[in-house]
Amino acid sequence: MIPASFDYVRVSSLDEALETLREQGEEAKVLAGGQSLLPLLRLRLAYPGTLVDLGRVEELRGVADRGDHVLIGAMTTHYDVVASPVVREHCPLVALATATVADPAVRHRGTFGGSLAHADPAGDLPAVALALDMEFVVRSAAGERVIPAADFFLDYLETALAPGEILTGVRVPKLGPGWGFHYEKFHRTAQAWAIVGVAAAVRRSGGVVEEARVALTNMGPTPVRATAVEQAVRGAEPGGNGGAAGGALRAAAERADEDTDPPADLHARPDYRRHLARVLTHRALLAAAG
Amino acid sequence: MTEQLDAGVVARQIKESDLLGGPGGGNEVGRARRRKEDARLVTGRTQWTDNIQLPGLLHVAFLRSPMAHARITRVDTSVARTQPGVVAVFSGADFAAEQGSLPCAWPVSEDIVIPDHPPMAVTEVRYAGEAVACVVATDRYKAADALDAIEIDYEPLDAVTDMTAALEDDSPKVHESGNKAFTWTFAQGDIDAAFRDAPVRVDRTYVQQRLIPSAMEPRAVVAQTDGDSFTLHSATQIPHILRVMLALTTGIPEHKLRVIAPDVGGGFGSKLQVTAEEVLCLLITRRLGKPVKWTESRSEGNLTVHHGRDQLQRISVAADADGRVRGVKVDLLADMGAYLMLVTPGVPLLGAFMYSGIYKMDAYDFTCTGVFTTKMPTDAYRGAGRPEATFAIERIMDELAAELGMDPIELRRRNWIGHTEFPYTTICGLTYDSGNYEAATDRALALFGYDKLRAEQADRRERDDPVQLGIGVSTYTEMCGLAPSRVLGSLSYGAGGWEHASVRVLPTGKVEVVTGTSPHGQGHETAWSQIVADALGVPFEDVAVIHGDTSSSHKGMDTYGSRSLVVGGVAVVQACEKVKEKAKQVAAHLMEASPDDVEFSRGEFRVRGTGTSRTIQEVALATFAAHDLPDGFEPRLDADATFDPDNFSFPHGTHLCAVEVDTETGATRIRSYVAVDDVGNVVNPLIVEGQVHGGIAQGIAQALFEEAVHDADGNLLTTTMADYLLPSAADLPAYTTDRTETPATTNPLGVKGVGEAGTIASTPAVVNAIVDALRPYGVRDVPMPCTPERVWRALGPARTTKSTDGGLS
Repeated sequence: MIPASFDYVRVSSLDEALETLREQGEEAKVLAGGQSLLPLLRLRLAYPGTLVDLGRVEELRGVADRGDHVLIGAMTTHYDVVASPVVREHCPLVALATATVADPAVRHRGTFGGSLAHADPAGDLPAVALALDMEFVVRSAAGERVIPAADFFLDYLETALAPGEILTGVRVPKLGPGWGFHYEKFHRTAQAWAIVGVAAAVRRSGGVVEEARVALTNMGPTPVRATAVEQAVRGAEPGGNGGAAGGALRAAAERADEDTDPPADLHARPDYRRHLARVLTHRALLAAAG
Repeated sequence: MTEQLDAGVVARQIKESDLLGGPGGGNEVGRARRRKEDARLVTGRTQWTDNIQLPGLLHVAFLRSPMAHARITRVDTSVARTQPGVVAVFSGADFAAEQGSLPCAWPVSEDIVIPDHPPMAVTEVRYAGEAVACVVATDRYKAADALDAIEIDYEPLDAVTDMTAALEDDSPKVHESGNKAFTWTFAQGDIDAAFRDAPVRVDRTYVQQRLIPSAMEPRAVVAQTDGDSFTLHSATQIPHILRVMLALTTGIPEHKLRVIAPDVGGGFGSKLQVTAEEVLCLLITRRLGKPVKWTESRSEGNLTVHHGRDQLQRISVAADADGRVRGVKVDLLADMGAYLMLVTPGVPLLGAFMYSGIYKMDAYDFTCTGVFTTKMPTDAYRGAGRPEATFAIERIMDELAAELGMDPIELRRRNWIGHTEFPYTTICGLTYDSGNYEAATDRALALFGYDKLRAEQADRRERDDPVQLGIGVSTYTEMCGLAPSRVLGSLSYGAGGWEHASVRVLPTGKVEVVTGTSPHGQGHETAWSQIVADALGVPFEDVAVIHGDTSSSHKGMDTYGSRSLVVGGVAVVQACEKVKEKAKQVAAHLMEASPDDVEFSRGEFRVRGTGTSRTIQEVALATFAAHDLPDGFEPRLDADATFDPDNFSFPHGTHLCAVEVDTETGATRIRSYVAVDDVGNVVNPLIVEGQVHGGIAQGIAQALFEEAVHDADGNLLTTTMADYLLPSAADLPAYTTDRTETPATTNPLGVKGVGEAGTIASTPAVVNAIVDALRPYGVRDVPMPCTPERVWRALGPARTTKSTDGGLS
């Protein structure tokens, strides 16, 4: 399809972007790679008056080690995130999940912040943000504020970002030693969105699960934290060959679809998604605890 | 098992020697040449229709019906006309007097109903996406913007999307005449006797889901006129047929209409059509006197490119206790969609003769009912009728094997036509000229490691492994090389099936080949050059192939139905023979010898027993000069030929597929895929390999991924590639391919055609493998596409919830 007419502003700094947003008001939409927004424009599902392109804003690009956390600039491409030694060392779950985003072409143009701010519950990164308790650094003309991941995703494609605000970066807490990670993605083709995805981080001590973080992709209008699983899996002993020990993870995973509201679409009906959430959570826990 | 291969049947994969020369060494035919057209195609340094720029070019955007079935009660284009950049706005009423009806060239039966099919709807729309108005503007964006300003009121009518429902008495009517388009029957042998008291009988119903062809290049049209004559560029497979049909439809005299298919990026049958957009662009340019362009977007294409498949197959097989097939009965419903387009009703007939596959039997009974629904019309899509037929017979052969507790390969061996029995006239009345099913199957089994995989399957079943293994068999054949004109006539097709070629020898000895085939990705420029290089003994590089423009290539029947090499390639050979004969006359004259004493080899005419010779290039120059030619000799070596085949060609092969099925999630993974195809002699092994790979991918796509989905109101839900899933390389396995070569006996090249083979063969191989994996769970079928969810639901109560360390790797 062909997008409707819009104005296009390519800004070169964050301040310029904020100023443009302030001037344009709600008519403006931020373009941060365009891998989700451009298809919406072309299908005429979005009619912004102005696109504010952050593609040349260098200060929003890059990964920095900040001691207790890693700061990922909002305009860092998926490819650069996956390739970052800092991300690989301190946030392996981010690298694992980001490597599954769409295809190489999309990963070279799409951005970490753009994907999170788009807040598609079928996207891979929102669930990871939730599982890792990332913090969203947001700027507006009024200054900076930080939004915890748990408060960021409000509804389908809807975030806590207010008009005039721009996501500048995301703080990913370093989890420290003893953690294992896995992102279990279930999709029909390599480029397709996850029917269901499971982001899991598990800390083991002495063969026992001390702590787990589990969040689900595409099991509701927002990414969902599987708190029932996290609680149930505590104290489980994943070692050994199935039996009672393996059964504990399975039993915990059986609670994966609690408090979810999975969508119905052409690729899956809700009962199948619930089933997948349970099976995939079990697999994700096994892999993360392995 | 390879030692069982017959003498004369050579199994070969692409080897280093293929790169050097074909059989005998030094020949072009048989050589794995890289395609000479690819550099310009893959870099885009060529003319695609959408690249065409003309002075004053205007752009057309179509407003399309948002409803599947409705009466148009009011159209107001006045506001749209005032939008920026808008030159004109038209609705169906503006064209009503001149637009005629889109043609259907295949009235298959006496009782057929061919409804009027206006290119732009005037009073009633019958599928969502049907054109109802258009904007002509100075650029593409302004045209699209102004569509929003067209006001149309619709009075909704009931939609009917399901064929069975459409045949009920109280169904909404797509056309006043009702929803039955035609009934076509065919019966051979005593079917009642075959089924009466048959020890084994299997009845199945298979759904051939609706598919949306997805050529890489979308459809595009550029129409222009000088006030008297018209030129239409179109991304079409059929410039020649299109010219005739447009002349008949629009009233533009044929000699005033030039149709050009420039480089075209794929078609798969979807560009074997006379489209509404082609007709309307001609009418618009006639009305405005200005050139116009239309290029579809992908989502517009999903709605309005003709769709494929969409059949409901009820098939029964009767067999003896030892597995010998007695007869096959087929009751087919074929979804026409809302109208009959160019060959819509003929598609299921192309399958009607293939339900007996490679098997001998006593009786066959076939009924096809064409049904109207309020959906986009269907028409040819890679294989056109034959994939559907092959799927049904190959699926039910596996079912019969399961019923008998017999290995599916063994069942096939007991029923197929033995290689000593060719030529063999099948129960359907086709004469298969050649083939060797034993050789292809033995080779495939060896490459596949059949016994080892069966052992692994047994082991997984024994262990109750959550990941089960299934093996699918497809021993297919197809009729292609469309087609003998007489046969087409007997099937009520509106045209013949010949093909034309002319060969022009230039003064410097270079050669131009004008072909009536219309390549859109197949590599004819390379293959035809190889054929001519061998026939005339000129270098491969010295041959140019001209195609796709009715002013330079005035005669042709175009490209579809795996016909180009089998019919068009043979025409090239025949034209070359005539050139050679003429050149021999000149050469003999120049060497002062009798033509009877002159022999030709590798580009040289030589007087037998002497050292005297002339190259074909020397002869070409002498003919051009015309100073010293035989008395009465017309000073040209050029020749043409029109070839009409006596028979179809019948490629065959054995495809084996191993699929792992994760019973916990329903996910499937193709573990290995072996294809041994017999397409007769091979002109270019690399091109054959490419066709086989692409064909298999397209067949797997039907088995696992693709499906056009409509809601109950007839709206297409799969309008984007996010919803209509096409596999990419990442989703497909590596294929093991090989060939046996049993030459066709019905053409001088011994070729059979390869364009559709992979697609025809692979779909049943994949689904058979999935069902085979799940048979211990009581599963007898999984509807296509076999999505993870469908596999999971097919498992039903048998679903395992056992623990596992993970699914498919």
